[in-house]
Amino acid sequence: MKHVLVPSHRILSEKEKEELLKGKNIKLHQLPKILINDPAIKELKPKVGDVVEIIRKSPTSGETKYYRVVVIE
Amino acid sequence: MNEQIIKDKIGAIEFRLLSPKLIKKMAAVKVLTPELYDADGYPMDGGLMDLRMGVIDPGLRCRTCGSKVRDCPGHFGYIELARPVIHVEFVDYIYNFLRATCRKCGRILLSEKEIEKFKERLEMASKEESLVRSNVLDEILKRAKATSVCPHCGEKQGKIRLKKPTTFIEDGVNLTPIDVRERLERIPDDDLPLLGMNPQAGRPEWMVLTLLPIPPVTVRPSITLETGERSEDDLTHKLGDIVRTNQRLAENIMAGAPQIIIDDLWELLQYHVTTFFNNSVSQVPPARHRSGRILKTLADRIRGKEGRFRHNLAGKRVDFSARTVISPDSYIKPDEVGVPYEVAMELTIPERVTEWNIEWLRKFVENGPDKYPGANYVITPQGRKRITKETKEVILQELMPGHIVERHLLDGDLVLFNRQPSLHRMNIMAHRVRVLPYKTFRISPVVTAPYNADFDGDEMNLHVPQTEEARAEAEVLMEVKHHLVTPRYGLPIVGGKQDYILGCYLLTLGKRKFPRSFVEQLMFSIGVEEIPDKKEFTGKEIFSILLPKDFNYVEDPEKCKGCKQKGSDACVLIKNGQLICGAVTKKLIGGGKGKLFQEYYKLYGPEKTLDLMHKVALLGVEFLMHEGASISLADTDLPEGAYEKIVERLKKAEEEVEKLIKLYKEGKLEPYPGRTPRETLEGAMMGILNQARDDTSKVLRKYLKKNTGTFTMIRSGAKGSTLNLILMVACLGQQSLRGERINRGFKERTLSLFKKGDIGVRAGGFVMHGYKKGLDPVEFFFHAVAGRDSLVNKGMRTPKSGYLQRRLVNALQDVKVLYDGTVRDSSGVIIQFKYGEDGIDVSKSDHGDIDIDMIIERVIGVG
Repeated sequence: MKHVLVPSHRILSEKEKEELLKGKNIKLHQLPKILINDPAIKELKPKVGDVVEIIRKSPTSGETKYYRVVVIE
Repeated sequence: MNEQIIKDKIGAIEFRLLSPKLIKKMAAVKVLTPELYDADGYPMDGGLMDLRMGVIDPGLRCRTCGSKVRDCPGHFGYIELARPVIHVEFVDYIYNFLRATCRKCGRILLSEKEIEKFKERLEMASKEESLVRSNVLDEILKRAKATSVCPHCGEKQGKIRLKKPTTFIEDGVNLTPIDVRERLERIPDDDLPLLGMNPQAGRPEWMVLTLLPIPPVTVRPSITLETGERSEDDLTHKLGDIVRTNQRLAENIMAGAPQIIIDDLWELLQYHVTTFFNNSVSQVPPARHRSGRILKTLADRIRGKEGRFRHNLAGKRVDFSARTVISPDSYIKPDEVGVPYEVAMELTIPERVTEWNIEWLRKFVENGPDKYPGANYVITPQGRKRITKETKEVILQELMPGHIVERHLLDGDLVLFNRQPSLHRMNIMAHRVRVLPYKTFRISPVVTAPYNADFDGDEMNLHVPQTEEARAEAEVLMEVKHHLVTPRYGLPIVGGKQDYILGCYLLTLGKRKFPRSFVEQLMFSIGVEEIPDKKEFTGKEIFSILLPKDFNYVEDPEKCKGCKQKGSDACVLIKNGQLICGAVTKKLIGGGKGKLFQEYYKLYGPEKTLDLMHKVALLGVEFLMHEGASISLADTDLPEGAYEKIVERLKKAEEEVEKLIKLYKEGKLEPYPGRTPRETLEGAMMGILNQARDDTSKVLRKYLKKNTGTFTMIRSGAKGSTLNLILMVACLGQQSLRGERINRGFKERTLSLFKKGDIGVRAGGFVMHGYKKGLDPVEFFFHAVAGRDSLVNKGMRTPKSGYLQRRLVNALQDVKVLYDGTVRDSSGVIIQFKYGEDGIDVSKSDHGDIDIDMIIERVIGVG
């Protein structure tokens, strides 16, 4: 999905996911959540437990990364 | 203190009815006599002050548990009532129960089928949240009450009426509490859930009292007056009435007195028991004390503003605190607070006696509580003793290391100062004490902004930290100097105000010269003792004395580069600690925007900034006192012909509007997209009229005298704005009601003196006159309308936004930034991966940005 107002979403590989969790010293449930049927990630065909990396534009820091774990309702 | 630590948590609390059996079981005494004390003044056995119900006299031991005053929790007693009485607080339930059950068999007045159906629905309601239990119960009750013949035994039901407060009447015949109790007894346990009662939690007949529990003496302690007389608690008085009446009733029944007498006494007993529980039941005259004062009984203790909940449990009052009116004092430092002697002699700081301070502390003890730097108490291993004339000698003799002296507040002590509403961390800051005469707290107007305080009668609270830890924490976290900059946008909110700004402005304006003697006097009065070796000073040079030699500041670097007017007042340039160009205005030293303090803060840190603020403020005040400043009505005078220009401009606008209205009425007005023609007209009218008012300011700027007090204040930013001047001289402009032109009042018109359908300039509330010229009656009315509107608005918005703010703060209160830069809540759930997406600490930025160019410039140095 491409639109100027929708920041880019990407599913992290298992390795990247492990690194992220280790780096922050957290468990999966401590990440912010995103619904599996969220329109922004529908096309990525996510599974529950996947971590989505979102790159957002910010007026003060250029780009900023955000991570959300996929959950069902 | 507690030997045993209980680790279990309370899961739930359930309130149940007290059964007569339990009342008897938990009672330590059966109260038999209304007499409180015997002839020797000793509590009577079987009286209301029986020693088995707990002790209140120091020295005596409880006859039930054997503990002394503070350890004995008190024990209940009970009275056997000669006749049952209805408990007032349960009449509504009893009433429902009586009407919903059969008068003969006691079953609920529903058929077996209905019972089955409702039981099922109740079952569901307890599981599913969407069904509300109380709604089902209401329906059951309604259905049962409507039944007139019992479906179980066929008995015809009577009509039961409740005569407030406690009398039940069935078909014109009074039901005695005995009858009521019998009926309630007949209700089978199986029917109770349908009536909303859990059979395990008690029986309905317990709502009619046969035994009355007597609260322990500890709940109603008597007070010994200075005269030696005993004064009993209200509850004891009330209980005395009950016991007395009960006794008389019992005697009369025994003696076989006529029914009328018994009924009278019974009713009296009912009254006393009713008022014992609740002395503010409607239609019951409140029970009074002998003096005519209304007694405070059980319900009064719990409910209302002075009740247990709002007063004691929710009200958090603390010791070592004071509250008074605040007033300004420019001469104390911003981080000080002026404390009246009266307060300083009541609030104390515990100081431990050591070998090294014993002589110093001895002086406080010698002075005692009534002479200023004194002390009120001394804590020895034996206990806390108040210093009085009698005890002073002994205390002084015994004073030794290890004792604690509670000495009066001294100059320099650290205290917390607070103004409600505390929505800000800057609403409580630590100040240094300055003990001063008179009875108000004094603060520097410089710190007025963070507290949002003014001096129109505001009161503030003061708290004295009692331990070294508390003081250390306050010093590190809460001192004024740590809160000069708001974490909201990174500018100092503390700063100059009215007089300081005006004073500094007048001083630095133009190229006035001042003789050395004057400068010496001025600088000495603000505590600066060294001044440059010069015979004459300009105002700018005087101001520069306060600045360090390596301080640079440019208001507008772009403009400054090409600027040739050295020493003009338009724009500020500070080079090597010298104010070269520019007059000092609010932009430079004002609170909330003061650029000077912001730069200074970054370079020299909080202490020096605070010091500079104080000195700048003092300089302003001192100079203003020499200079003087006043305003006059003449400040608003216009030369001949100028006012006519204003009127002309307004007339022109009025004509324009009239044309529009004509167009609109003919239906020829072209509406804006998405707007009705009327909305289009309103918008256009607003635009024209506001433009007209703003244009009048051009006239003012052209014709008004520039060197008046009013104008100087506006230019310096000390007080007032051009708008205020327009309001005074030119016109008030459009008055608005709910954000629109005034469009309501009478049918189709705003006031009865307009024609119907008049939507013109004047009828819509446009005020063409200023305050000086005066408003005409119509204008005056519309002005009042707008005034009231804004008042009402403010009154409704404040609590709403306050509640919103509270909810936001509650939701966010334990969110924090961790060392790895992530923002998490208390359970470690990440909310942001980098604080604010950029990791910038706003309090160390300019409005959320960090200007790297400035930093580089400073580091590498620009010539």
